[in-house]
Amino acid sequence: MIRFSGVHKWFRKLHVLNDVNLHVHQGEVVVVCGPSGSGKSTLIRTINQLEPIDRGSLIVDGMDLSDRKTDINKLRAEIGFVFQQFNLYPHLSVLKNITLAPIKVRNIPKKEAEETATSLLERVGLVEKRDAYPAQLSGGQQQRVAIARSLAMKPKIMLFDEPTSALDPEMIGEVLQVMQDLAKTGMTMVVVTHEMGFASEVAHRIAFIDNGIILEEAKPADFFKNPQHERAQQFLKQVLSPMH
Amino acid sequence: MDFDFSVIGRNIVYFMIGQYPHGHLGGIALTLYLAIVSCVLSFIGGLILGLLSVSPFRIVRYVTVVVINAIRGIPLLMVIFWMYFLLPALVGGPMPEAQTVIAALTIFTSAYMAEIVRAGIEGIEKGQTEAAISTGLRPWQAMFYIVLPQGLRNMVPSFVNQFVSLIKDTSLAFIVGVSELTHVATQINNRTMVYPTEIFFFIAIVYFVICYAFTSLSRWLEKRLTWSHR
Repeated sequence: MIRFSGVHKWFRKLHVLNDVNLHVHQGEVVVVCGPSGSGKSTLIRTINQLEPIDRGSLIVDGMDLSDRKTDINKLRAEIGFVFQQFNLYPHLSVLKNITLAPIKVRNIPKKEAEETATSLLERVGLVEKRDAYPAQLSGGQQQRVAIARSLAMKPKIMLFDEPTSALDPEMIGEVLQVMQDLAKTGMTMVVVTHEMGFASEVAHRIAFIDNGIILEEAKPADFFKNPQHERAQQFLKQVLSPMH
Repeated sequence: MDFDFSVIGRNIVYFMIGQYPHGHLGGIALTLYLAIVSCVLSFIGGLILGLLSVSPFRIVRYVTVVVINAIRGIPLLMVIFWMYFLLPALVGGPMPEAQTVIAALTIFTSAYMAEIVRAGIEGIEKGQTEAAISTGLRPWQAMFYIVLPQGLRNMVPSFVNQFVSLIKDTSLAFIVGVSELTHVATQINNRTMVYPTEIFFFIAIVYFVICYAFTSLSRWLEKRLTWSHR
């Protein structure tokens, strides 16, 4: 579904992605973790070309991202992206936030789009907020609306870029719950997160990245019990018991 | 010193509409006409120039920025003169002075409006565009449905500033003989000779009232455009 082969990316002189090779299969949930500045956000943002890659090849849903002829807008419609800062449209109601893309991109009739949006809001437990504006919602509610907005396009892949990092602790659970439910439906997901509880319960695979290099790729059980790389051991120590 | 404001009353119709209906429309009516038409046209012009100045194509961006900076570097009076002499030559025939002034005010104000539009667009978080294109919207759709509606609301106070300037700048039309309020005032002054203080005090008040009314209107508009309770 997603295949990185020898992908490099630079921000000026900074080598943010260094020979990344990663294969995400259909229906798989892959968690990407690593210290801040390690390149994990950049990695996930290359998948829908919010960041273009400089070298190597990246094939997503059969489309080659390094090929100029690829219609990137078409590909993006098939990939949901959930941001750390939610990025809901503040001037539109919750319902319009969700229906805009289906109506404008997929040409779905307004009524049908609204029905789909309402059922998605039911799924994330926010149907009573359909006419509210983003500023009237809590962070956790905003992020759940953002997930619903992505799902409204019926994507084949869902990408999550630190979806709970901007949330107050008591709201993290509700967002992770929605993501876990989504994983159960067989959605292909790539998740950048520090939530190791989520990673161990939901992920099929964990990729540990540092300085733009994927140092370790393992099943959650192996990764947590027996991290191979020294940097991964350090990282786990810090995220699992931050006080020491 | 004694002031005699009866000179205003005696000439009030001339202040309001100039020689109309026996000649061209003039006075306050013409001032409002110049202001409103230039205001609408320069809003459109500013929007177009502003959008071009954030175009994804470097050449378009570059040319637009050069044009904007060139206009902003010229005194308005110069633009009015240019249009006055240049436009009739371009269209190959006589042209009403009022229209050459509208053209000058529009070109001049558009350049300033373009900078407001550009700043307004760039002031919207990048995440908004990213969220929009991530759902498959094309970049121009992200601009028109997401960025511009939010940006325009933030631009309103700057627009108002610019339009208040524009209203006052219509007085420069006097230099090419367009009989707007200031021109009419000088005519009455030349005729009556002894009331300059009263006459120019009166038109100062008129300009103030027009600008104040416009500012109040836009305050009201700004409140109506609020979409969220922060």
